[in-house]
Amino acid sequence: MQQLLFALVTIIAGVIGCVAYFVASNWLLDRIFPSKGRAGAIASRNLRIANMVRPWLFLTPALIALTLYLVYPVIESVWLSLHGRDGQQFVGLNNYRWMIDDGEFRQSIFNNFLWLLIVPATATFLGLIIAALTDRLWWGNIARSLIFMPMAISFVGASVIWKFVYDYRPEGAQQIGILNAIVTFFGGAPEAWITLPFWNNIFLMVILIWIQTGFAMVILGAALRGVPEETIEAAVLDGASPLQIFFKIMVPQIWSTIAVVWTTITIVVLKVFDIVLAMTNGQWSTQVLANLMFDWMFRGGGDFGRGAAIAIVIMVLVVPIMIWNIRNAAKEMEGR
Amino acid sequence: MIAASRRSPLTFVVHLTVLALVLLWTLPTAGLLISSLRDKDQISVSGWWTALVASRENAVFRAPGAEAQVEENGRYVIRGNVFDGGTGTVSAFGDSVQTPTEFKAGETATLPTGATMSVAENGDFTISSPQPIPEGRGERIFYTRSVPPQFTLDNYREVLSAQGLGRSFINSLTVAIPSTIIPILIAAFAAYALAWMKFPGRALLIALVVGLLVVPLQMSLIPLLRFYNDIGSQFGVSPKGYLGIWLAHTGFGLPLAIYLLRNYMAGLPKEIIESARVDGASDFDIFVKIVLPLSFPALASFAIFQFLWTWNDLLVALVFLGSGNDQLVLTGRLVNLLGSRGSDWEILTAAAFVTIVVPLIVFFSLQRFLVRGLLAGSVKGG
Repeated sequence: MQQLLFALVTIIAGVIGCVAYFVASNWLLDRIFPSKGRAGAIASRNLRIANMVRPWLFLTPALIALTLYLVYPVIESVWLSLHGRDGQQFVGLNNYRWMIDDGEFRQSIFNNFLWLLIVPATATFLGLIIAALTDRLWWGNIARSLIFMPMAISFVGASVIWKFVYDYRPEGAQQIGILNAIVTFFGGAPEAWITLPFWNNIFLMVILIWIQTGFAMVILGAALRGVPEETIEAAVLDGASPLQIFFKIMVPQIWSTIAVVWTTITIVVLKVFDIVLAMTNGQWSTQVLANLMFDWMFRGGGDFGRGAAIAIVIMVLVVPIMIWNIRNAAKEMEGR
Repeated sequence: MIAASRRSPLTFVVHLTVLALVLLWTLPTAGLLISSLRDKDQISVSGWWTALVASRENAVFRAPGAEAQVEENGRYVIRGNVFDGGTGTVSAFGDSVQTPTEFKAGETATLPTGATMSVAENGDFTISSPQPIPEGRGERIFYTRSVPPQFTLDNYREVLSAQGLGRSFINSLTVAIPSTIIPILIAAFAAYALAWMKFPGRALLIALVVGLLVVPLQMSLIPLLRFYNDIGSQFGVSPKGYLGIWLAHTGFGLPLAIYLLRNYMAGLPKEIIESARVDGASDFDIFVKIVLPLSFPALASFAIFQFLWTWNDLLVALVFLGSGNDQLVLTGRLVNLLGSRGSDWEILTAAAFVTIVVPLIVFFSLQRFLVRGLLAGSVKGG
């Protein structure tokens, strides 16, 4: 309780501090460069200066936070990745050389590519199909809401949920995991799914797909609704079947949105950490980059050089998407 | 859309497919919720889908030995109850491990020693012998009992107190609420500047924000951990604390906040803002009196995102708050339980539900804003 009180006081202090900064800095600006009640030339000069300064008053807190928490760490990480475990000794590219020879790292890269290939594609595809199917159902809203729900669940919570689904009891015992119960019901032998090499990766991916499909569905559903009625009516008149209308008329018109969904999920996949940590902690060949990086941050007292080098690899994989996003945003700005 | 024509036979297939998908998406969570409410002994012997029917289990009871026998009408009898204080219904019993279900409840079995044994449905048993029962260990009675479904809140009581989830719940609240409120105010001012004020470098800053949107958190962890440690040793304070994690969440949440709010504010009608300018209102007044109130939907959307994200976060909390017993947030506590109580599903299911219940309430009550925020953040242009 004391802790919550502390939090509450901090919130109030923080909010008042923020408001005070904005109010005071703006008031000060108007005092130093007053424009009201001054002679024409001075007034317009002061107004111009005030208008030049004011945006920066608005932006300063955000810029400080962005610089400290995101821009500076990117630069610092590059620098650290060229240094030894405590960040003191310059080791050149040794960390990267170590990486290439490290079996666990290669395993992680392989798994990450597997995740990148499967998760965004499956989640986007399922989301698109569900969005289309539920669009005209009278209970479509309820269905969408339920499929969207996992979005609110933490990766760790979802991992527990699915670990229970995959639970394994030796053959002959009563299976309490629903997957093994179904398998034994149809006469199969129960499996310890998350220790099954290679396939266990897929079982972990299912969790992320389960979470992300709702996101894809919501966005793509909105995009599908934006498809002009006339194009669909024209296709109906020409005798196109519903499937043809969907795949040949509607999907091509929402390609740009599909790409946005795809890349957004790709970013999530690159950062996937909690699921692997909670399900296997990288055992049974399920290691991924983000978990490996976390591991090296604390393993044996922490090796910041190697950890930073792995972070750089993740960053490099993100960069193409970053550039693509910035270009799109720039294009949009011109359009305004 | 696919089911454009209502009467087509396809409609039926669509209904069925959607139903199957919905079940696939909800059953795992339903299983968790149901299991968390079940009796802990039942969870480990039967699947949660059998929760509403009685569960069967095989058990064994060792009857008391010769000292318990009483003489009745010339026979030597031992009586008792196989449940030994428990409850249930016996459906079958047997006298050897090979044939544990040989006899139905109420039948009488003849033992190799010549004695007879019977077990009633309520668990009362009678062993009766024409000769005195010799000294030695008592007879073993194998039986199958069915236990009626039992629901209980015991698992929740256990995790909230003994497993420390109550403490973690408060920690999670302490982390999530300030981490949601602080960035909104900072981002709103910045978003207004980027949307409605003209100054050199504006396009560059917008590009920077868009670029930072996708910077992986992993990049920031090590440099910030070092930075916090330096500050900590400089001023003699602990590098791990709430202030540090609030600011970290603020920094990580800002790009999305600025991006969402800027997009929304830029879409507000130009006339309102320009007529206010003509009337001599300063940018500060316009922002506080016009733009901020009009941007409420976008503010709400971001607040929900940020709350869900900070509540569900594991990585930032582990790095900046630490993993001590008092410091763990719900997600961290759950990961610990997975390690230490990995097969105690009564603990895990209840603990997992405690961690997801707040996000679920937020989700179902404020879904409208969440969807709107997602759309504003992702569907760009046409």
